Amino acid sequence: MADTALRVSAASSADKRSGLQKLMQRKSTIAFLMTLPLIVLIFTLVAYPAGYALYLAMLNKAMTKFVWFKNFDFLFSRDTFWMVVWQSCLFAISAVVFKAFIGFVVAHLVNNIPGKKQRKWRGMLLVPWVIPAAMSTLSWLWLFDSSYSAFNWLLEPLGIGPIPWLGETGWARFCVILVNVWIGAPFFMIMYLAALKSVPEQLHEAAEIDGASWWQRIWYINLPMMRNIIAITALFSTILTFANFDIVRVLTRGDPLNTTHLFATWAFRLGIESGDIPLGAAVSLFMVPILAVGATIILRDINKRGSEV
Amino acid sequence: MADATITTSPGAPTRPRYGSMSRDRRWALRWSYFFLTLFAIFFLTPPIYMFVTSLKSSAEISAEINPWWVFDPTLSNYIGLLTDNVFLTFFLNSALISVCVVTITMMISVVAAFALARMKFWGSATLATGVFLTYLIPETLLFIPLFKMFAWVNDTFGIQLMNHWWTMIILYPTLTVPFCTWIMIGYFASIPKELDEAALIDGATWFQTLTKIFIPVALPGLIAATIFAFTVSWAQFLYPLAFTTSTKELVLPVGIITTLIKGDVFNWGQIMAGALLGAAPPLIIYAFLMDYYIAGLTAGATKG
Repeated sequence: MADTALRVSAASSADKRSGLQKLMQRKSTIAFLMTLPLIVLIFTLVAYPAGYALYLAMLNKAMTKFVWFKNFDFLFSRDTFWMVVWQSCLFAISAVVFKAFIGFVVAHLVNNIPGKKQRKWRGMLLVPWVIPAAMSTLSWLWLFDSSYSAFNWLLEPLGIGPIPWLGETGWARFCVILVNVWIGAPFFMIMYLAALKSVPEQLHEAAEIDGASWWQRIWYINLPMMRNIIAITALFSTILTFANFDIVRVLTRGDPLNTTHLFATWAFRLGIESGDIPLGAAVSLFMVPILAVGATIILRDINKRGSEV
Repeated sequence: MADATITTSPGAPTRPRYGSMSRDRRWALRWSYFFLTLFAIFFLTPPIYMFVTSLKSSAEISAEINPWWVFDPTLSNYIGLLTDNVFLTFFLNSALISVCVVTITMMISVVAAFALARMKFWGSATLATGVFLTYLIPETLLFIPLFKMFAWVNDTFGIQLMNHWWTMIILYPTLTVPFCTWIMIGYFASIPKELDEAALIDGATWFQTLTKIFIPVALPGLIAATIFAFTVSWAQFLYPLAFTTSTKELVLPVGIITTLIKGDVFNWGQIMAGALLGAAPPLIIYAFLMDYYIAGLTAGATKG
């Protein structure tokens, strides 16, 4: 009797172990374990903080009381906030438009020249993208220096000058956008060049024989063929540009008079430097709408392409 | 149809048109070179000016002479930096962080990408989309809640994450892992299924399939992802600026900006030398592995 009981319990424990073993050997379990570090990372350091930001934004400055939307009310009543909104939009839109335009033009120019030399030029033109943004912005800071600006030295003989590059709102905004275009245009160039390579040569030959001008070939062949990449790159860059921090932080720190602040740099100023974490979190949350719109469109495109394959 | 065009095309009127076409092309080529040169000047002026300034002494920088030329080149800025323990600490911190982050990133993302590309399981498609979404969330949205979370960790567990360079090793993977996983999924998905099916039939485990087949075949993608992870962690500016303050905990970009710029006395020769040294590792990698670098850049959009 005892013997059988023992045997039964032993059998059931063996069964249990093999059950666990089976679970461990199942493909989906292994797969889940393989993605576990990724899931943990995303949840603890991205998803949770993103949600936590929403909660933080609704606390009072000392973070002792839940005040609902008071921080947002306060922001809406401040002129600086509306200026940051305006400047962020101006910065992101104009920078992306110029980056896309320059990228498109340079991609075509590079594509025009013979194959072997393309590599060299492409390599040279991508350098701004490779240098860490904070480092290259430093060299722009020095080029724009108020008393030793090398640009002003060049402009002086032409009777222009001295331009207060970073000292006046208009010029400072121009400089911040210029540096962003300088860093980002090469990325567009590379993406558009890759897209250009996928345009079949026969289309161009056929159009050329039919007497199409180069402008017509770009407009009626290249542009439609590259539409997808143009849209995705621009959208992607809009998100990154909207959330930009490095350039403004190094170049102007938001000066003169906070007129060059973007959401990210202003949130840093308020949240970290002035110690008002809830207000900083509230400001940074204003990046979410543009992010959500961009992400939705990009995802739809990816799903569409995925279903085509 | 093609035959017909060929037989009709050598007619008399097409001849001069061919000539004009090739002449057009020659002019197009000349104009292309002209404008490319202009753009190259625009794109290369800052790094070149950085280099020019780094060779100047403070006296020459403040003198009223042509700023675009070096009249009296000196290496004193570089020597000054490379014998300065503070600067070397920045460099070491950056290097250590980057190496650790690249290792962690590749371990997490290659394994996860393999699972997501080949071993379908409940929620794997959603997770793949989630990975991509994470990549779109900028760090500028996360640094404030993270700041508060670190304070909470300190209160609860007594672990001070603030003001330590190694905290960056925990944080940077959030910037690198999503993109690396994403492009590795793309590369893995392009490997023919027959290859790993054959291996599985021959009795290989999943782990063996990954190390013996997927990693060697997708090596170009792996290199591209590694380069991406390195450049991102080397260039990251916001997190170290927000979370580290003591001089010996700083990384290179933040260190140069916060310690070399002292008030209004800008030691520009040294700042530019430091910036150039800081830009050197990504530039060197780029110079030698340009094709992989570019493959990594374009993979994000063209693969999917």
